[in-house]
Amino acid sequence: MASAEGQQHPLGIYYKIWILLFVLSGFSYAVDYFEVQGALRWTLVITFMFLKAGFIVAIFMHAVWERLALVMTILGPPTVLLILIGFMSIEGSYTEGLRFDYMGHDRDAVALTPAELHGEEGDHGGEEEH
Amino acid sequence: MSEATASHEGITGLVDDWAADKQAYHVPWGKAMMWIFLVSDTFIFSCFLVGYLNVRITTTQPWPPQSEIFALSFGGDPIPLILIAIMTFILITSSGTMALAVNFGYRKDKAKTFWLICATAAFGASFVGMQAFEWTKLIVDEGVRPWGNPFGAPQFGSVFFMVTGFHGLHVSAGVIYLMWVAFRVKRGYYDDKGFEIVEIAGLYWHFVDLVWVFIFAFFYLL
Repeated sequence: MASAEGQQHPLGIYYKIWILLFVLSGFSYAVDYFEVQGALRWTLVITFMFLKAGFIVAIFMHAVWERLALVMTILGPPTVLLILIGFMSIEGSYTEGLRFDYMGHDRDAVALTPAELHGEEGDHGGEEEH
Repeated sequence: MSEATASHEGITGLVDDWAADKQAYHVPWGKAMMWIFLVSDTFIFSCFLVGYLNVRITTTQPWPPQSEIFALSFGGDPIPLILIAIMTFILITSSGTMALAVNFGYRKDKAKTFWLICATAAFGASFVGMQAFEWTKLIVDEGVRPWGNPFGAPQFGSVFFMVTGFHGLHVSAGVIYLMWVAFRVKRGYYDDKGFEIVEIAGLYWHFVDLVWVFIFAFFYLL
């Protein structure tokens, strides 16, 4: 283990991971640029995200070369967040359902895009308040 | 140095029992403390992101189209999310220069370490600059406020300012921290102490990049 005398590794591995991070970020951006939607969008974005996060922690932050005691201290506690995420999404869906079913919120509301917003201002000479 | 039996009573014994010869992490103490700080920071950012998840699910108003809101035009048609993509690439570049700085630090190459840390800080500063531009554009041109915006769900503004603001604060603090370390490296402050400090500062910087990976995915892309 390199821990005691510091983390010294060949430069090559840093260059390789650096390039890989660029490629993965490029892929993430491509998902948005080519307007991939739905389940495929979520799968791709989250896969690229975890790959990037994994390489940063493992290589740039040297986690793969650290002793297990330290790695467990770093990665162990955050895993409880998965429970929080699970609880909050269940609770969130329930709240949303209540708002639709009992508070008369519109299920089919559509967001305004910047183009529509600015186009509208042009047509009406900016007389409308937003 | 490992004594199995308790040697002192009272306050001295209390201090001994808690502090003496019970090492769990075989790394410099500064590195262990930085990691523990980063774990705690993970929980703060996670609270923001889980809060975002919750308001995004519960709001019945449509979520504003991020891809178009963060589009930027360079003369022609607006390119979706381009500024955020550039910011992402800048942060990754800075992470790479920092990783190299750590490596040259351990080789005791002070000149290269100094300049690589300076490059990292410069990339960080340009990231904050772009963020300031992005905030200005959203506040002045698009009328986005923490309590509402013209596009859809008002929670969009509160999440945006809270999450990117807190991250930007981390980047700004990191730039100051890195410059401080860089000048101490240059002055030879660590010649006898060892260059672990560069790795410790690097851990903080990579963490800031790591948080951006999650913000980029969850706030801007999904």
